[in-house]
Amino acid sequence: MKTNDLISLLAEDAAVGMRLGRMLALAVLAGVVASALLLLLTVGVRPNLATAIETARVLFKVGFTLVLAIAACRLVFLVGQPGRSLKARGFQLAVPLVLLAIAVLSELSVLPSEAWTTSMLGKNAGFCLFFIPVLSLAPLAGFLFVLKNGAPENPGLAGASAGLAAGAIAASLYAFHCPDDSPLFLAVWYSIAVLVITTVGYVIGRRWLRW
Amino acid sequence: MNSSMREQEWAEWMRNAMKGDTQAYHRFLGAVTPHLRAMARRRCNQFGAPASEAEDVVQEVLLAVHLKRATWDPDRPIGPWLSAIVRNKLIDSLRRRGRHVNVPIEDVIATLEAEEQGDGLDRMDAVNMLEHLKDPQRDIVRSISLEGAGVRETAERLKMSEGAVRVALHRALKSLAALYRSETREDE
Repeated sequence: MKTNDLISLLAEDAAVGMRLGRMLALAVLAGVVASALLLLLTVGVRPNLATAIETARVLFKVGFTLVLAIAACRLVFLVGQPGRSLKARGFQLAVPLVLLAIAVLSELSVLPSEAWTTSMLGKNAGFCLFFIPVLSLAPLAGFLFVLKNGAPENPGLAGASAGLAAGAIAASLYAFHCPDDSPLFLAVWYSIAVLVITTVGYVIGRRWLRW
Repeated sequence: MNSSMREQEWAEWMRNAMKGDTQAYHRFLGAVTPHLRAMARRRCNQFGAPASEAEDVVQEVLLAVHLKRATWDPDRPIGPWLSAIVRNKLIDSLRRRGRHVNVPIEDVIATLEAEEQGDGLDRMDAVNMLEHLKDPQRDIVRSISLEGAGVRETAERLKMSEGAVRVALHRALKSLAALYRSETREDE
């Protein structure tokens, strides 16, 4: 085919259906709704949510996961656009990490050292490790399918940020069910669960998001 | 015209193109292509790809720009976006073609022979590419690219709706991009 013929061909397909940003916004919405329904229809929220939400630890748990989810989603919105610097939004991921570090330190200072291990192990670590990844499946699939339409300069990084955002969304939903409220629990088990999904996203993205 | 004025003009064309202005898009692609061609020719040597493949590289990059245009944010300058797409795709395409020719063979003479053969046989021409497309897609591509018809005329000729022609055209372009990748990617 001559290049001029190809140009005529491309020109006839000029219109764009939906821009990447809008598609990602829909993916966030769909992922949150799907996983929230999954949570409500299976294990539900914790029975004492109304009173528990007023305690500092629960507020922090919900707030921290939400901040992480927002920071990671902001990265996902940028990662599929070529020619954009990711540095600023990458550094913003430090915000939730610093919050977590502060919370862990203050938890260690208020709790007697005998109670550290019990708080860290919690009651439901196994289920947390199982259910956060389950809740992340819908958002992860949505992000990856949308980013397939994107043009990530680094496919592995794009997959990893999709995984991180999906994991953080899942964690912030799971926080409404989770009976373990200590920041020590969050720092260990939530982190492991989210890192697992981030790794899954990286592995899938590295190959599948190439273009 | 300086480069920022040129960029603004390109951005304006692309904005209109994304809303469905085929003429603006034609102008945009026509203006970008000479730059792509110059880059592709300059780089072929560097990556050990035969110079005869430069035009295929140009077409592959054009297809990438086209298929990824939804990732450009119209509120932002088009230059960095375009450069990033072109850089990525150019390198990707040249690397594949370069390796394709530079298969490690024991002696140099065999390599040179392979290179000469590769030059003539592996290039994809219109017929070759069209053969790989499925039926309505092939007719549509032929009608628009080789015979110069528009979407409406093509739709009338093939007794299809304009919408169906547009959908099939878009799919055909995706298939063409995939064909370029698969025909030059043997090592993966």
